[in-house]
Amino acid sequence: MERSGRDYALWTIAIALVVIFALIPVVWLISISLKPPEALTDQRFIPSDISFDNYKSLFEGGIDDSPFIKPLINSIGIALITTAISIVLASFCAYAIARLEFPGKRVILAGALAIAMFPPISTVGPLFDMWRALGLYDTWLGLIIPYLTFSLPLAIYVLVAFFREIPWELEQAAQVDGATPFQAFTKVIVPLAAPGVFTAAILVFIFCWNDFLFAISLTSSDASRTVPAALAFFTGESSFTAPTGSIAAAAVVVTVPIIIFVLIFQRRIVAGLTAGAVKG
Amino acid sequence: MKSERTRSERKLAWMLCAPAVLAMLLVTAYPIAYAIVLSLQDVDLRFPDEGGFVGLSNYSAVLSSDLWWTDIFNTVFIMLISVSIELVLGMAIALVMHRAIFGRGVVRTSVLIPYGIITVVAAFAWQFAFSPETGFINNLPLISDEMDWFGGRFSSFAVIILAEVWKTTPFMALLLLAGLVTIDGQLYEAARVDGATAWQRFTRITLPLMKPAILVALLFRTLDAFRVFDTIFVMTRGALDTESVSILGYNQLISRLNLGLGSAVSVLIFLCVFLIAFVFVRGFGAKVEEGRPGG
Amino acid sequence: MSEIVLEGVTKTFADGFEAVKDMDLDIQDGEFMILVGPSGCGKSTALRMIAGLEDISSGEVKIGGETVNDRSPKDRDIAMVFQNYALYPHMTVRENMGFALKLAGADKGEIDKKVEEAARTLDLEQHLDRRPANLSGGQRQRVAMGRAIVRDPKAFLMDEPLSNLDAKLRVQMRTEVAKLQSKLETTTVYVTHDQTEAMTLGDRVAVMRAGVLQQVGTPADLYDNPKNLFVAGFIGSPAMNFMPGELSGGRLKLPIGEVDVGDLGVQGHDGQVIVGIRPENFEDVEVIGDLKEERGVTFEAEIDLVESLGSDLYAYFHIESEGVQSDQLADIVEESLEETGAGEIREGHEQIVARLDPTSKVKRRDTAQLWADTSKLHLFDPESGDSLRSGSNAG
Repeated sequence: MERSGRDYALWTIAIALVVIFALIPVVWLISISLKPPEALTDQRFIPSDISFDNYKSLFEGGIDDSPFIKPLINSIGIALITTAISIVLASFCAYAIARLEFPGKRVILAGALAIAMFPPISTVGPLFDMWRALGLYDTWLGLIIPYLTFSLPLAIYVLVAFFREIPWELEQAAQVDGATPFQAFTKVIVPLAAPGVFTAAILVFIFCWNDFLFAISLTSSDASRTVPAALAFFTGESSFTAPTGSIAAAAVVVTVPIIIFVLIFQRRIVAGLTAGAVKG
Repeated sequence: MKSERTRSERKLAWMLCAPAVLAMLLVTAYPIAYAIVLSLQDVDLRFPDEGGFVGLSNYSAVLSSDLWWTDIFNTVFIMLISVSIELVLGMAIALVMHRAIFGRGVVRTSVLIPYGIITVVAAFAWQFAFSPETGFINNLPLISDEMDWFGGRFSSFAVIILAEVWKTTPFMALLLLAGLVTIDGQLYEAARVDGATAWQRFTRITLPLMKPAILVALLFRTLDAFRVFDTIFVMTRGALDTESVSILGYNQLISRLNLGLGSAVSVLIFLCVFLIAFVFVRGFGAKVEEGRPGG
Repeated sequence: MSEIVLEGVTKTFADGFEAVKDMDLDIQDGEFMILVGPSGCGKSTALRMIAGLEDISSGEVKIGGETVNDRSPKDRDIAMVFQNYALYPHMTVRENMGFALKLAGADKGEIDKKVEEAARTLDLEQHLDRRPANLSGGQRQRVAMGRAIVRDPKAFLMDEPLSNLDAKLRVQMRTEVAKLQSKLETTTVYVTHDQTEAMTLGDRVAVMRAGVLQQVGTPADLYDNPKNLFVAGFIGSPAMNFMPGELSGGRLKLPIGEVDVGDLGVQGHDGQVIVGIRPENFEDVEVIGDLKEERGVTFEAEIDLVESLGSDLYAYFHIESEGVQSDQLADIVEESLEETGAGEIREGHEQIVARLDPTSKVKRRDTAQLWADTSKLHLFDPESGDSLRSGSNAG
């Protein structure tokens, strides 16, 4: 249908609304983080003066004393390690489910689904007790393990959906063309599977990065406290001021890279999130 | 021999799946079993010398407590309202993403931003926005300058629900979009020729054909919503009777270190979640065969 | 009255592509009009503009005397049968067929009556409560037609409705469609790329190419008097053979012989021409007997290939010549190769297909004696492709 000027205008409004809806909190956080401490209560959406004090206070004290650096390192480290292990385990499992015939396929998938619907709170109590007994309380491993458990269903589902789309006959074609099984796998299958694996990795990373419940339940100090947990226990400049500015600054530091990341890989993320969602 | 091959294929398959399956069971099957055990005992870590098997008395304590029922109400209240709003908003956004003649990339990008932001971070952002001292919301026209959002129960709920809706509507939109694209465009043309208005096309073609997608989306979002924790914790810590059942569990387990009671709460939450899933799959016929988890 | 008139209708898409160029077409009330042409010729676009599913860039479309350019499909009182049927998967056959009436607010009794009547006509009565997914291709196609019939519209618009059926079913449904249309007497515009369908179904046929209407006429008209190279090569299967010729003072020089065309009435066009001869205008000399004395030319041909179909014998041979330079021909050949399997024309080497009597004993690699009926020649201008004269009526 031909587009009238009115149609364009309406669509522009619709799109603008969606964009504004999505961006308000982000812009707001950036705005607060850039406000000088005195201006925090001026209730303005856009700051009238810009100051980087809040950011400075985040990193004051270096690695040991800054309220933020250690948690940041914890977050990044734990998320990366979990992602790596999760992807490896999930890939094996997804490969088996997508390619091989065996009883119990559906049980595993159903079980994974059940775990995804599981309330994590129900595992927090026992884990708390177990970890204290095993010495895993307040350690990286203490978080990596539950993250693994709860990210595996996600990774498995995404990978199974992607792996099902791969034309596996190519492997045989490569062998007919003279490749060894290993070469066929690495030169043909791996490149085809790479996008799916990458997507699953992104989703798992975001999941770990985002977790709050386990982070505050199974940690108690900088040793393994991740950023979300640390944020909830931030103290301000003095015990009487609310740490709004520093929280905002920390939030921005932790959010902007993710946003850029999400922007770059948006197609993959969308594909992963909807993988297998509603197969016809 | 064919059966040799199938057998070795099966062995290989099991070997490949074993690590993942073990990892998943480790932190779910065992803890839930352990939680059930704990819930039947009086285990309070502040009084480690007391304790012992107490049967179902933890459960009766929980189920007869007003706090539990208030929290159930809170949780269900937040769940129903936020999921309803998310469904409508998500549908609208999905339609925009599907039919937009330009700017699809922009919309898709914007829609992923709430997904990429840490829930706690978003909760802080909204909390600051609505806080009477630092927030800009009170500055807006039509809103009283002195409105104390976090001073009242239902105004707190409003902000909590807003933050939840903001965070998860995009995901809902994506799930619904996946369903939208499966509808053959020619059906709309046929309907146009048959005389249907845009609204009629939406209600008689789009919605009925999207029923499976909508059910799956609703199922996952409802389950997620029932487990609401991060947002409430950050905004009110559950004060003013805004506590959710998950926060109750956390308070008992981690703050009060009363593992017995806390575990009872956990098990009850687990049963509620199971019930919701059951209602959706059996009652509404949600097809989760290939549905997706998490998010 | 439900005539459909297209006046100067043009469709230009957003990227500048002109799908339909300045089309004029008059469709009579109750007529079965076919739009035919190769893929991309604009026939579906033209149909959709009549339906209201595409905007009209310029020109007018009139239904029943009223200009409907700005009317939405539902206000034009037309019914459409889509290529993929577009049946509502979540509704039963009955609901599918009654959908439009329900939207229009008709009462249930009336809807039921009309649906059952249409179902009876199309032999769908026992399927009324089933869903499309459970029906065969042919049944679905009939439901799609039923949906259109029930509305008793001013016109039926059909977009390649038989393309998705297997060959045998297609032939069967063709007759059903023809019978239905003549029974209902509703104006019908039918789009197809299959020239056989066009020739057998239509009262009149409109041939389109690259957005331009080439010729409109009865099937016989198009067959016997094609207006240009394209129509000549498109209509008829196997396609018309083309070869170069030289016209000089009433005498036509062909690679297969020379013939007087003085009485064929070509005024003042001397020089190169393209000559078209239909396969059935060739014959084995052994078969025609004395006819060869009366008219035509005989010639020798080395047979490349023989296809025996029982009722006919197709002999493929090539003739030497200096190829005629013709861009028209080159284009047509390109398209024809895709669409109709017409002969190949290479520089100096034309391939011809002749339809011979099945009793002919011609075999591959024979040097056969063949005869061509030159009273049935078509002559075309090599530059414009226009017909200089067509072959039918003289002899």
